[in-house]
Amino acid sequence: MVDQDINKKLDTVQMMVNMGPQHPSTHGVFRMVLAVDGERIVDVEPHIGYLHRGSEKLCEGEIYVQIVTLFDRLDYLSNLNNEMVFCRAVEKLMELEIPERAEYIRVILCELNRVASHLLFIGTFGLDVGAMTPSMYMFRDREKIQSMFEAVTGARMMHNYIRIGGIKNDVPDDFIHRMKSLIVELKKGLEEADKLLSFNEIFLARTKNIGTMSAKMAIEYGVSGPSLRASGVPIDIRKDHPYSIYDRFDFGIPIGEIGDCWDRYYVRLEEVRQSISIMEQALYQLPDGDTITPTRFLLRPPKGEVYVRGENPRGEIGVYMISDGTDKPYRVKVRPPSFCNLMTIKDLLIDTYVADAVVILGSLDIVLGEVDR
Amino acid sequence: MDNAYVPFKEANAFYGNLYQFLTDLTIFGVSPIPDWLAYLIAGFLIVFSVINTVVIITTLGTWVERRLIARFQSRLGPNRWGPWGLLTPIADAVKLLSKEDTKPDGVDSWVFNLAPLMFIVPPILIFAVIPYSHNAYISNLNIGILFIIAVTTVPTVAMFMAGWGSGNRYSLFGAMRGVAQLVSYEVPMVLSIVGVLLFVGSLSMVDIVERQFVPFILVQPLGFFIFFIAISAEMNRSPFDIVEADSELVAGFHTEYSGMKWGTFQLAEFIAPFGAASIMTTLFLKGWEGPILPGPLWFFLKVGFVWFILLWIRATLPRLRVDQIMGLAWKFLFPLGLINLFVTAAEVLAWGDPTGSEIWLMAGINWTIAVVCLVISSHLVSAKLTTRNSVLENAGNN
Repeated sequence: MVDQDINKKLDTVQMMVNMGPQHPSTHGVFRMVLAVDGERIVDVEPHIGYLHRGSEKLCEGEIYVQIVTLFDRLDYLSNLNNEMVFCRAVEKLMELEIPERAEYIRVILCELNRVASHLLFIGTFGLDVGAMTPSMYMFRDREKIQSMFEAVTGARMMHNYIRIGGIKNDVPDDFIHRMKSLIVELKKGLEEADKLLSFNEIFLARTKNIGTMSAKMAIEYGVSGPSLRASGVPIDIRKDHPYSIYDRFDFGIPIGEIGDCWDRYYVRLEEVRQSISIMEQALYQLPDGDTITPTRFLLRPPKGEVYVRGENPRGEIGVYMISDGTDKPYRVKVRPPSFCNLMTIKDLLIDTYVADAVVILGSLDIVLGEVDR
Repeated sequence: MDNAYVPFKEANAFYGNLYQFLTDLTIFGVSPIPDWLAYLIAGFLIVFSVINTVVIITTLGTWVERRLIARFQSRLGPNRWGPWGLLTPIADAVKLLSKEDTKPDGVDSWVFNLAPLMFIVPPILIFAVIPYSHNAYISNLNIGILFIIAVTTVPTVAMFMAGWGSGNRYSLFGAMRGVAQLVSYEVPMVLSIVGVLLFVGSLSMVDIVERQFVPFILVQPLGFFIFFIAISAEMNRSPFDIVEADSELVAGFHTEYSGMKWGTFQLAEFIAPFGAASIMTTLFLKGWEGPILPGPLWFFLKVGFVWFILLWIRATLPRLRVDQIMGLAWKFLFPLGLINLFVTAAEVLAWGDPTGSEIWLMAGINWTIAVVCLVISSHLVSAKLTTRNSVLENAGNN
């Protein structure tokens, strides 16, 4: 009884904290205006748009071949996946046949890109929670993937490698050999991170039951990718609507239980293992042959519209494109996974602590280049 | 065993010789330096040398820390300046000294400027009562350990001054967390020290070392464990570095500081682990005493070992959340501290002056109690922290 009287007298005042756009853990130029009561978050107002470059509008002024480079810069951690979805959109419009070998190399590199992206997630998520060593381990392994990309595509990040009709050029002669040794190293590095972080008691305490997203909520918000699968919804476009040659591989879809931060983390870690298995199978099956179906430089796809979806490391990326028969698209609309995933942030953050805000935002794994486009 | 207080004048050869030299100095039959001035000069020189040794070792320590953590993380670490990058701390200091000292609008100037000074003095003061070797100490205070407990709380005031004076909300967050953390962890820390003091019967740091029949870590494992965690939390070392949690609060209470004021904060934070390691060495590892090697070297080795473990933890563990840290102090360390205190008190009552076999019996009992307590309480805490500990069963099954 006495305690309650004291509590009535203890009026607290809400405080506004401006988190971002210059903040170490907002993963880019994202801004959250938090209303906090002590350490507890009462209200959140997210602000996006600091990285808006008008990519979709820019696409309308470029010829089809040039647009690939713009897609590189959307989600700058999974460039090849972005390139691939755009090229597939144009190919679908033109009903172009892709050489077998090109499809395989596309898949191998896309999965490698997925691994690189997830490794970066694991590292930065560790950093968000306060462990600094996993990020170094993961950057070390990611660096090997970047070197591999450099050897194949000529660039570490903005590859412009996947072209309409195939790929830019064939892979180096020692590609298979190098990939095999890379896969061994990646497996080893992943085990290290798993041992160091995944079941650490403090890490569990920080991430379990934090930012829980129910399956219903995830579907209502249009969440996709690992964040959706962490909530227990087994939707993966590679499996449900197989594109390219994904129906030829045997791989699993890791699923979480309740959709908390730890599930979102561990689903991604498991996905790395599945991607590695896809790469191994693809390398085993890799056929010989051409790598590109020759097309004109000034492509003029037939009139029409097309929607193509693909599974990015962050979720479902969709490209809706209208062609009016000229050498430039009439309209290109991107359905970015990060944007839809980020929309849940307000519901997830309310009634958590300030320290959790960073962890929850980190667990959604957003890339602001894609959110703002 | 019964070591009477030896005045520092006689105890320390360097000091004694200096004092002797200054008083005996005669120029044309006149002694120009009076007794009190000689005392003052010699005292000043010895204190000056100790403070600078601490600061220099700390600066070197930053190099070792950065190199070692780089090794933990499979990096190289700073290796450009000087052999193996040894001059990096000097380059850092030059950079910090030549940086612009910015002061944001709306800071409380007095508080803002005073905070770095208040923050760095207490960690250095710790070294005034630490015995480095036999009869090598600045002062053998008869309340040495009390002095340390009192002094180590002062940085928290400075922290709050910095957080409040900056007029930044992240700083304020850091400061509030710091104060809450100190209030919580002071209790288990003192409880764990009391266990040692019951054996020793004296608060003097020299007596604590000289009356350790065996290194107290053998008979006080639980106390050592609690003290280790509590002092890590007091220093705001990882995994308790919520005060300046860089991924949450940018830099916590010193977000708004720049230049050498920021450098002062950093220096103090790097001195603190050395201070903590020295205290742990003195209380639990028998200080300077050890076979074969000379005292100061033993002391330095033990301090280095404890410091290395602190570093190791920093490189390995994630950070706890603020409510979890408070919970750990009150629900985990505080009961353990009480258990340790009661068991130790009973043992001291039973064997006041333990002989050889009694010591080993005591060690056995205490280690058993420590292991049992830790296992039980960690299960309890763990069950509270995480409701669910299963792997994702569905992963890769479909």
